[in-house]
Amino acid sequence: MAIIEVKGLSKRFGAIEAVKDVSFEVQPGEIFGFLGPNGAGKTTTINILCTLLSPSAGSARVNGFDVVHQRSEVRRSIGLVFQQTTLDEYLSADQNLRFHAYAYAMPAELREQRMTELMQMVELADRRKGSVRTYSGGMKRRLEIARGLLHHPKVLFLDEPTLGLDPQTRRHIWDYLLRLREQEGLTIFLTTHYMDEAEYSDRIAVIDNGSIVGLDTPDGLKRGVGGDLVTLRTTDAGAAAVEIHDRYHVEAAVRDDTVSFTVPNGEEFLPEFVKSFNHPLASISVRRPTLDDVFLHLTGREIRDSELDAAEQLRAGMGRRRGMHP
Amino acid sequence: MSEVWRGTWVVAYRELLRFVSERTRLVGSIAQPLIFLVIFGAGFGNVIGSLAPGVNFIQFMYPGIIAMGVLTSALMAGVSVVWDREFGFLRELLVAPLGRSGIVFGKAIGACAVALLQVTVMLAISPLVGVSIDVGLVARLVPVVFVLSIALSGLGILIASFMRSQQGFQLLIQLLIFPLIFLAGVFFPVNQAPVWLQVLSKLNPLTYGVDAIRQIFLGASAGLGVSVFGHVMTILEEVALMGGLGAVLLAGAVWGFSRQE
Repeated sequence: MAIIEVKGLSKRFGAIEAVKDVSFEVQPGEIFGFLGPNGAGKTTTINILCTLLSPSAGSARVNGFDVVHQRSEVRRSIGLVFQQTTLDEYLSADQNLRFHAYAYAMPAELREQRMTELMQMVELADRRKGSVRTYSGGMKRRLEIARGLLHHPKVLFLDEPTLGLDPQTRRHIWDYLLRLREQEGLTIFLTTHYMDEAEYSDRIAVIDNGSIVGLDTPDGLKRGVGGDLVTLRTTDAGAAAVEIHDRYHVEAAVRDDTVSFTVPNGEEFLPEFVKSFNHPLASISVRRPTLDDVFLHLTGREIRDSELDAAEQLRAGMGRRRGMHP
Repeated sequence: MSEVWRGTWVVAYRELLRFVSERTRLVGSIAQPLIFLVIFGAGFGNVIGSLAPGVNFIQFMYPGIIAMGVLTSALMAGVSVVWDREFGFLRELLVAPLGRSGIVFGKAIGACAVALLQVTVMLAISPLVGVSIDVGLVARLVPVVFVLSIALSGLGILIASFMRSQQGFQLLIQLLIFPLIFLAGVFFPVNQAPVWLQVLSKLNPLTYGVDAIRQIFLGASAGLGVSVFGHVMTILEEVALMGGLGAVLLAGAVWGFSRQE
């Protein structure tokens, strides 16, 4: 049975349709990534799944419970780590954790043992009495992950879990998360707009303008791009593109003096191509597609370009989006 | 139901934890009424003399200052809601399996506990002001402070539900707090004020809270009691009034707070 089941989910804010008829399923123990630019509808979807927002249409179940009609049961089944910190910075780490345990009605003996265990795992055991105010950004995030796991949730929601953290801390946090999945059979649902972070997922849903435009394993998505990417520089890019089209029947994209196209087996294709190509080559390279290429392939845009669009849209609709982040 | 109950005590517990871990707030909220009492008492005490047989100005003002302390600590419940929203902790509360109304009650109970702490400090200095207290007085005072602080917390949280920024809220509270205190008869007997001022004072619900506490300390016979249409209000009537108003405000606060889901 799927641990997250989403069917025809939609959410409108006034005239803006933030999430449009989204459906997907997440299996227990899976790391499921939601990849898309800012403003694509990732946070809105997560807010619906964790009962902070009601959907305009469609339904969603988490751990078998309906997110509208069985809110308490859903809330008990999930742990959350949000983009912005939700710690009480005036309290100590221990006080924050204990508050959480009380709020989730954890038995006392279980609580202390679990707190010790988790604080050791996130390597904050020696800072438990310290005020959270004195923590660095990475330490706060680690504490939030520990807190999100305290009540033994079935699903951990991570909304941009490593946003604004340095690469070393990011890798560190992912080490914990992967270990947790091993140890506790935890399901992880994450949103991100970092491509390298999405790579940790077992499956990725690519979301753009509120709709899922692709859903597969990272490798599957990359295969969908159609093979390896060949990029070459030449003096007359336009003519080169025509030649490539005539000889290999592939569409080549031209940007300034650069021509790029996709072929099924890049490494074997390259030597033969270089020998028979009629235009002077300044440089040529072949590489496996990345998730950036997947996004470009699925939406026709780079993820960075879409971020600009989304930011504009957000500004335009600002007045109508009141209450989006409760 | 258990979620409402748990929400209440968990949130109240944190409010107290916050109160004692923030030393400036702790010291400030205890020092503020003392400063008023000392400065106003010393400044006006000699000029005003006795307001009723056996009641000098400082003795008259003392119960009013207690009510003022209750008001300021009760409005902190609202500050705390806005604060939590601004610094993100509200989300931790909203995604936890806690009843929304429980969160509101918890904020109110937390403010009430802080108010009672302040009252204790004020009672400790009562010999210095020449006010005598006994067990019976304290037993009557505590329920009145309880009702008053819960009612006023309701007001604070209701306003806070509609405010997005700390600055906006603080400004509104400042705008509200001084007229409420000055019109409530903390510093002057309402019945001896000019008619226009009497009308304003009697429209101010805090007036009845101040008067109830004053009657507990000075007795009803001092002739200072607030009369409405010729009827001198009794403590019970005033507490009932505050209780009724509190129920409405608290219901409004729960509605306003749940609205943001």
